[in-house]
Amino acid sequence: MSSDHVILEMRSITKEFPGVKALSDVSITVNRGEIHAICGENGAGKSTLMKVLSGVYPFGTYTGDIIYQGKNVHFKDIRSSEEAGIVIIHQELALIPELSITENIFLGNEPTKWGAIDWITAKKTALELLARVGLRDDPDTLIKNIGVGKQQLVEIAKALNKSVKVLILDEPTAALNESDSMHLLDLIRGLKGKGISSIMISHKLNEIEQVADSITIIRDGKTIETLDVVADGVNEDRIIRGMVGRSLESRFPDRTPHIGEVFFEVRDWTVQHPQVAERMVVKGSSLTVRKGEIVGIAGLMGAGRTELAMSIFGRSYGNFLSGHIYKDGKEIVLKSVADAIDHGLAYVSEDRKALGLNLLDDVKRSIVSAKLAKISSGPVVNDSKEFGIAEEYRKSLRIKTPSVNAGVGKLSGGNQQKVVLAKWMFTDPDLLILDEPTRGIDVGAKYEIYGIIQQLAEQGKGVILISSELPELLGLADRIYTVFEGAITDCIPAESADPETLMKSMTSARKKVQSI
Amino acid sequence: MSEDTSTRKSALGDLKRIFGSGSSNLRQFGILFSLIAIILLFQYLTDGLTLSSGNLINLVSQYSYILILAIGMVMVIIAGHIDLSVGSVAAFVGIVVATAMRDWNFPWPLAILLGLFVGALIGAWQGAWVAYVGVPAFIVTLAGMLIFRGGNQVIGNANTVPVPDGFTIIGSGYLPEVGPNTGYNNLTLLLGLIIVLAVIYAEWRARRVQSIMGSTPAPLWVSIVKVVLLCAVIVYASILFAGGRVGTSFPVSGIILGVLVLFYAFVTRNTIFGRHVYAVGGNKLAAELSGVKSRRVNFLVMMNMSILSALAGMIFVARSVASGPQDGLSWELDAIAAVFIGGAAVSGGIGTVVGSIIGGLVMAVLNNGLQLLGVGSDWVQIIKGMVLLVAVGVDVWNKSQGRPSIIGLLTRKKKTAEFPSEPPMVVPDSGTPDTARPQSTLPN
Repeated sequence: MSSDHVILEMRSITKEFPGVKALSDVSITVNRGEIHAICGENGAGKSTLMKVLSGVYPFGTYTGDIIYQGKNVHFKDIRSSEEAGIVIIHQELALIPELSITENIFLGNEPTKWGAIDWITAKKTALELLARVGLRDDPDTLIKNIGVGKQQLVEIAKALNKSVKVLILDEPTAALNESDSMHLLDLIRGLKGKGISSIMISHKLNEIEQVADSITIIRDGKTIETLDVVADGVNEDRIIRGMVGRSLESRFPDRTPHIGEVFFEVRDWTVQHPQVAERMVVKGSSLTVRKGEIVGIAGLMGAGRTELAMSIFGRSYGNFLSGHIYKDGKEIVLKSVADAIDHGLAYVSEDRKALGLNLLDDVKRSIVSAKLAKISSGPVVNDSKEFGIAEEYRKSLRIKTPSVNAGVGKLSGGNQQKVVLAKWMFTDPDLLILDEPTRGIDVGAKYEIYGIIQQLAEQGKGVILISSELPELLGLADRIYTVFEGAITDCIPAESADPETLMKSMTSARKKVQSI
Repeated sequence: MSEDTSTRKSALGDLKRIFGSGSSNLRQFGILFSLIAIILLFQYLTDGLTLSSGNLINLVSQYSYILILAIGMVMVIIAGHIDLSVGSVAAFVGIVVATAMRDWNFPWPLAILLGLFVGALIGAWQGAWVAYVGVPAFIVTLAGMLIFRGGNQVIGNANTVPVPDGFTIIGSGYLPEVGPNTGYNNLTLLLGLIIVLAVIYAEWRARRVQSIMGSTPAPLWVSIVKVVLLCAVIVYASILFAGGRVGTSFPVSGIILGVLVLFYAFVTRNTIFGRHVYAVGGNKLAAELSGVKSRRVNFLVMMNMSILSALAGMIFVARSVASGPQDGLSWELDAIAAVFIGGAAVSGGIGTVVGSIIGGLVMAVLNNGLQLLGVGSDWVQIIKGMVLLVAVGVDVWNKSQGRPSIIGLLTRKKKTAEFPSEPPMVVPDSGTPDTARPQSTLPN
C-alpha cells in the first residue's frame, strides 16, 4: 500500500499504568478520507489509545510511534495535537452551557483584532461552519438551550474551525436519539468526501456496519484484527466474534448454586432522568431474584444499568415514575436509602471513590458507617465493638491495611473495594446489588472478590451483579438480564448464555422479555 | 501493628505519644506546641504578666464566648458549610434577652431560656434555607448577618440596654468563696483536683481500651510522664486561678465553656450524629448512599450553631452588663480563624472540637499578650491575620508534601532517621490505583 493514502499510523503503542498494561503493542493505520472504527469491550483500551493519539497522555508516557502525514510526531498535550489537525470529541461534551454557540466554537482560539476579540469575523466564520455541519440555529443561542444532538454538531463545527484532518469521535451517538444519530452519521460521511478522516469509537455495531470503511478490533489492550468492511464482508456478528472471542479461563472459584424461591421482585420499573424530564432512563423493567442466586445484568455503558440499580435502592437516582417492588411476597416502598437499608438491601456503587467511601475516614469507621445503630447504645457509638467488627472483616476478607485505624484513602483499589463490601455485609442485607464490583482491580484481588460474592450467595442472600465484563457475568451469574436503552431486552439462563447472544441483546432491542 | 515494629520504635516515638497517639493527633500536637510556645514567649516578653492570676482570669472571661462559638463553628465547617451570622445572632439574642428583663420583667433564668429558644428559632430558619432549600450557607448566613444586626438595632433603637445583676453571673461571675480561709479560692482548687483525677482515670481507661483492642499501648512510663505533665499544668493553673484578687477566681463562663467542650467533643467523636457530620462533610454522596439523612444533619448543625451563638451573646452581655448595637462585631471571623488554625479543612470533613479550642486559645493568648505589651489594635489585627495565614499555609503546604502537620515540619528530619521501619502507608500489592482506570465516568 502506498504511504500516500495513509494519513496516520500508530505503531506498537504500549501504555502502562502502575500495575496494569492498558495497551500492549497496539497498531492501527488510518487512510486519508476514511472512517475507521475501533471496537472493543468496555475497558479494552479504546479510549486509552485515543488519549495517546490526542496528547492527553503526552509523548514519553507511552512507547511506540505515531506517524502522522509521513512524520513521526510527539504530542505533548491536546493543544499540540489539535494544531496538527487531530481533534478529539469526547463522550461528555466539552462545551460551556452558559456561552453561545459562537463563543464555544472559538473558545481558546478567539480571532482578535488589536488585542480585542473580533466578534464580527467570529460570527461570520461561525455561520459558515454551522452551514457545513447543517445546523441552522442562531449562533448567538446559548449552548444550554439546544439539544444534545445539536451540541454534538457544534463540537464538530469547532473541530472544523481548527482545520481538522483526523476527527476522533468517542461514542458520538451514545446520548442521541435515532434521527439525530442519522444526521450525525450523514455528516461524518460528508466529511469523508471532503478528505477528512474520522476515527470512531462506538458500541452501536449497526452504526459501525453502516458507516465504517475499516474496523480495528481491540481486546485486552491488544490489536486483534483489522477488517475491511467491504472486502471482508463484515457484519455485526463478525465484529462481536472479534470483540469477545476468548475462552473463559478458570478465573472463577468453583461453586454449586443452591437456589431457593423468588424473594425479590421488581415490576414495571420506570424512572425519569433527573434533569431531562422527557428522557426515560429506565423503561418498564421487571426482574426477579431468588434466594442464593447471582443475577447478572449486562448492558453497555449508558444503557441504564446503574440507573436501574440506584433507583431501586431507595430512589437514589432520577425521578421515580412507576413500578413496584416486592420482597418476600409483600410490596415494599423504598423512599429513601435508609428505607432500603432497613429492608435489607445493599448497593455497592460502581464508583467507590465518589459514591462508596469517605476517603478521609479510617477503615474501621468506614466499615460500620452504613449501620451505626447496630453497634450503638442509644446515640453513642461503642468504640470497642466497632474495632472488633472491623478486625473481623479485616481478617475474613483479608483487607490489606497496616491497621483498621489507617485511612481508607491510602489503600489500593482492591482493598478499598473490600472495605466497601465489608461495609455492606455489615448491614446484613438479604439482597446485594453489586455495580461493577471489580472495576479497576487487578486479577488477584478480583478472584478474591468473586469468592466473596459466591460466599454471599451461599449464605442464601440474593445478589444482583452488574458488570461490563461479559466473562465475569458468564463466570459468576446463574441468570443474566440484558439491558439496552433503559429496557430489559432478554433474560438468559447461564447455561445457555454465550458472549455472542449477550452482545446481541445488549446492542439491540431485539425482543422484550417479561421476567420469568 | 506487630510487636516487632513497635519495639523498634525509638524513644522519640514514645515521647510523641505523650501528646497523643496516631497520626490524626499529630496535627493537634502541632497546634498545642505552638500554643505553648506562644505562651512562653509572651511570659518572657511581659516579664511574667501573662501567667499571672489576674491576667489568666481575665483571659478566660474575655475569650470564653469566642471559644463557645468555635465549638459550633467547627461542626459547621466539618459539615462543609460556614456561618457568618454568629456575631449578629449573638447581638440580636443579647438585645432580646436584655429587653425581656427590663421591659417585660422576665426573671433572669427564664430570660436565658428565652435567649436559647430565640437562638434555636434563628437556627431553624437558617438551617431550613441551607438544608431544605439548598441555598449555600455562605449566602444564607451573610443575609442573616445583615438581618439580625439590623434586628438588634430595631429592637434596641440602636441604644444600649442594661441587664440586672443576677444575669451578670454567667458573664462576670466567679466560683464563690466557701470553706476555711486558705488564702486561695477553695472551689477552684477542688475543681483542679477533680480534673486531675479525671485525667488519671481517662488515661487508665484509654490504656485498657487499647489493650482490649489488641493494639500495643505506649510503654507505661509514657503514660506516667504524660499524666504527670498534664497534672502539673492543671495544678499550676488552678493555683493561679485560685490565688487571684479576693472575690475573683475561676470564671463561671469558663465552667460553661468547659462543660460544652466536653459535651461536644463527645458528641463529635462518639455519637452517631457526630459520625454523620463527618460523613456529610467528607463525601456527601457516599454518606447519602449509606443512608445518612444529609439534610437533617445540615439542618441540625446550623441550628446548633445559632443556639451556641445565642449563649455566647448572652455571656458577652452579662459580662459587659448591657446589650448594645456594636456587640458581636466580627466575632464570626475570630471563630472561623480559631477553627482553621485548629486544623479544620475548608472543604469539610476534617476538624476537631479540641483542635478548634486550642486554635482559639492561640488567637486569645496572642491578642492578650500583644495588648499587655501595649501594641495598638491596628498592629494586633495585622499580626493575627499573618498568624492565620501562616498557620493554615504551613498546614496546606505540608499536606501537599504528604506530611500531616505543622509539627511534621519540625520533627521531619528526625522522623525519617528514626523510623526507617515504619510500615508503608500504601499497601503496594493487590490492586491498581484508580488513576489507571481508562474510563471512570459517572452515569450520565
